[in-house]
Amino acid sequence: MARRSLAWQALILASLALLGCLLVDTTASRLQERGIRSGFDFLLEPAGFALGESLLPFEASDSTLRAFAAGLLNTLRVALPGAVLAVLIGVIVGFGRLADNPLVRGLATAFVNGVRNVPLLLHLLAWYFILTDLLPAADAALPLAPGVFLSKSGLALPWWGEAGWEVPVPAGFGIDGGARLTPEYLAMLIGLSLYAAAYIAETLRGAVQALPPGQRLSALALGMTPRQAFTLVLLPQAWRAALPPVTSQLLNLFKNASLAVAIGYPDLVSVAGTSLNQTGRAIECLAVVIAVYLLLSLLAAALSHGLERRSLRGMPA
Amino acid sequence: MRLAHLRRTLFGDALNTALSLLVLAAAVLALPPLLDWAVLKARFAPDVAACEALDHAGACWGVVAEKARFILLGRYPADEAWRPMLAAGLIAGSWLAAAHGGLRGRALPLALLLPPLLALPLLAGGFAGLGSVPTELWGGLPLTLLLTGAGMAGALPIGIAVAYGRRSSLPLLRGLLTAYVELARGIPLVAALFIASFLLPLFFPQGVAVDMLWRVLIAIVLFAAAYLSEIVRGGLQAFPAGQVNAASALGFSPWQTQRWIVLPQVLRNVAPSLANSAIALFKDTSLVTIVSLYELTGALGLALSGDAQWRPFYLEAWLFIAAIYWLGCALLARISRRFGQA
Repeated sequence: MARRSLAWQALILASLALLGCLLVDTTASRLQERGIRSGFDFLLEPAGFALGESLLPFEASDSTLRAFAAGLLNTLRVALPGAVLAVLIGVIVGFGRLADNPLVRGLATAFVNGVRNVPLLLHLLAWYFILTDLLPAADAALPLAPGVFLSKSGLALPWWGEAGWEVPVPAGFGIDGGARLTPEYLAMLIGLSLYAAAYIAETLRGAVQALPPGQRLSALALGMTPRQAFTLVLLPQAWRAALPPVTSQLLNLFKNASLAVAIGYPDLVSVAGTSLNQTGRAIECLAVVIAVYLLLSLLAAALSHGLERRSLRGMPA
Repeated sequence: MRLAHLRRTLFGDALNTALSLLVLAAAVLALPPLLDWAVLKARFAPDVAACEALDHAGACWGVVAEKARFILLGRYPADEAWRPMLAAGLIAGSWLAAAHGGLRGRALPLALLLPPLLALPLLAGGFAGLGSVPTELWGGLPLTLLLTGAGMAGALPIGIAVAYGRRSSLPLLRGLLTAYVELARGIPLVAALFIASFLLPLFFPQGVAVDMLWRVLIAIVLFAAAYLSEIVRGGLQAFPAGQVNAASALGFSPWQTQRWIVLPQVLRNVAPSLANSAIALFKDTSLVTIVSLYELTGALGLALSGDAQWRPFYLEAWLFIAAIYWLGCALLARISRRFGQA
């Protein structure tokens, strides 16, 4: 038996090695005929393209490696606040789905069904169209709050500038001072967080409704009000059951940030795509993307494992 | 009694009263202008001048009539339009039949997996007097349905095989398959599509050019198979060992046990999850527009982005597409629920 299984594994290994050699050989000859050099040296050469926006100061003459770093930073810049917003909105909508009040429940249900039954890409395209085509131009920006202006060129906010705390003021054809969030960034942030929020809301609802009905009934029998039963008995248990699926929703949000390519927000994947078109180094560019995402997945798995263990602490086995 | 219950849930305490009033106020404020825009002031004829005169005070549904053929069928040759229409009809028809109980039992999975495979030669042509149509011209709704249907049909057998492979006694096989599943589930679909678009051509020998559509289909199948294999693996793990022991006591060989006892029950148990994956895939097919295949979402962009006259009415056309996706998701969700009952 052991000998047979060893033979099988040797066969698998041999055929894999053969396939690998074949692929390497074909790929090498294809690269050669296209005149593409391979290797990661291009990472240190000037990128030769500019980025639409970047937290990390970036110019076309900076290295490709710096472009990738700026792209990753852009991914995190939209995914991290997006995750926080998604959990906040998801929890509120999830409570709405569980409410006794039929109006609140109906509104939450409409939100969840409306959002989940349309592809995320379509959401992003709609937000992008609304933010770039339907809003007024910068010289007629909508004042949302004192010092906050929304227009075709994005959202202007009070922020620390060179001269300390700056409040944006309308000036001629635009708005001066403060910080600006681009329409691309806003469309990504709104689209990603609403989409994930709808899934998180459903996860929470499912987790609460999956609890045995006896839990709620015995809490009520002990003299708790329905609201106390919900917050003190049902929610803590449901939260524990919901934690793994919610983490996986947030991981999805990270991966979905790659849809940025479609509306021109320079996230990691879209930077890799641009660099790939510039240099032709498909293998190297995609290897960087895959490595970064696998690393992020591993990190998230470790984090969620730690969270789960913490949330189980003090519970009877 | 009913009314008393309603009054208690709506206005039982301060919080509920405030919430109810808030929702009602929002409805009163939002619904009349919405109705005004969508119906009362809307234009239904494909008349650009009339639509422009509205200045977005009302919807211009004429954009749907004007661009419907392009959005629904993409760049497929107009005089052959019956072929993509029939292909879409076959696939959507099988979904309808499955969702509304026209199909039962064993015929059901076959009826869902076969139409996409029939749609392929119908769209491609090149036999029996059908002109051949290059895959770059395929688009719109038939392409969306085809990618979903053929993606599932291809991914399911691979997913089942991988799920069994990961339970194998060969550590090498287990390790390799685990690596594949974790890799595919760790990267975003966009990255997988980039691999199909830029990397895959390098792997084919010289002189072999594989169309983007086939490369994308390979990527979608391998991507979806990883997710399906996890579902099937979960089903296999949850399967009671007693049945396997009973089957072997009755003289079933291990192969017969899996084929006749385990797999049919496991597939039935996980069918709702498989259908949910089909919903996810249906929505995810929209991403192929990123590598220039013009399914519904891509065809919408293609139809309007180059047309300065009609582009301002993007939102109306968007709502049309969103409604189609919404219907498709609702149909597949119904199939998933029916699988759950069976």
